[in-house]
Amino acid sequence: MLGRFRADLHVHTCLSPCGDLEMSPRKITARVCDRSLDIIAICDHNSAENVPAVMKAAGGGRVVVLPGMEVCTNEEIHVLAIFENLDQAFAMQAMVYDHLPGENDPDAFGLQVVANEHDEVVAMQTRLLIGAVDLPVDRILAEIHRLGGLAIASHIDRGSYSVISQLGFIPETLKFDALELSSRMPDREARERFPSGASFVFVRNSDAHFLGDVGKNTSEYLLHEPTFAEIHKALRKEEGRMVMELS
Amino acid sequence: MTMKLRRVVESLQLSLRCGGDRLDQDITGGYAGDLLSDVIANGQAGNLWVTMQVHANIVAVAVLKDLAGIVIVQGRQPADETLKKASEENIPILVSPLPAFETVGRLYTLLEAGA
Repeated sequence: MLGRFRADLHVHTCLSPCGDLEMSPRKITARVCDRSLDIIAICDHNSAENVPAVMKAAGGGRVVVLPGMEVCTNEEIHVLAIFENLDQAFAMQAMVYDHLPGENDPDAFGLQVVANEHDEVVAMQTRLLIGAVDLPVDRILAEIHRLGGLAIASHIDRGSYSVISQLGFIPETLKFDALELSSRMPDREARERFPSGASFVFVRNSDAHFLGDVGKNTSEYLLHEPTFAEIHKALRKEEGRMVMELS
Repeated sequence: MTMKLRRVVESLQLSLRCGGDRLDQDITGGYAGDLLSDVIANGQAGNLWVTMQVHANIVAVAVLKDLAGIVIVQGRQPADETLKKASEENIPILVSPLPAFETVGRLYTLLEAGA
């Protein structure tokens, strides 16, 4: 039997330099429970290092935490890479790190805190996570899909770091699994405003960098259970699974 | 201000990657930008477009806006797909070894002097 599940597939943590320090694993988990979310994906900039801590902090609870990251391509397009398991996410991270130049300046960009499930600081990540990977978007999508992940174009309704702001329109060669809207724009309006994206599934996420924003924008999914595999089916509209449209 | 594309290519020492048979067209000015959405909104027909984007979509934007050609800065190499599409559409693709600031500065000075 299928039921409705609410997901926010774009949540940053204190690892993102622009993420608030309050975005710690336990506080995010508590917030997610308050908001009655069923599924979240942790997507920090170019890194998955805080995913294990959030998964552990949420362990035993009812909310499902999916591992992911928000990759910045060399066109400066943000792409969510969401996976079923940590091994896949860390394989993606290895490729990203191999192609991510620069070192973070905390005074300029902010701290990059690697935390554990008790909200203790484990380390400071020194790579320039706010930077761009020196690979084009098609290579990033190919790697996400090779690893079995989902590639979602971030906040296509924004004027920066979106596939549409950077490339003008979505080329047919880019097989995103979904397009993210950071607003509550109805599906019909989104299809009209972004004709090159009209054939894609739209999902809504918060892109939260602050605790108060977690779960502020979400999509509802018709699933058998709250898992990666079911989300995967929903984005492909398989076996009755789907993302509920907003009208 | 108009000028033959050929003169720009020679003066700025741009390397021609495709569209060489269009060097005798006039360019009407320049436009610089890396956000293709912005170029779609503000580029003008006949402009020579200076960018560091190398994705194949730059060709589609040049066709859409009837641009005179594309100058890719900092010696960045256009993707294979970009060159393929540019050949099909006959859009001149030029590569400048200089960064965007210097490339635009020289292009602007040249066009002003030639006007």
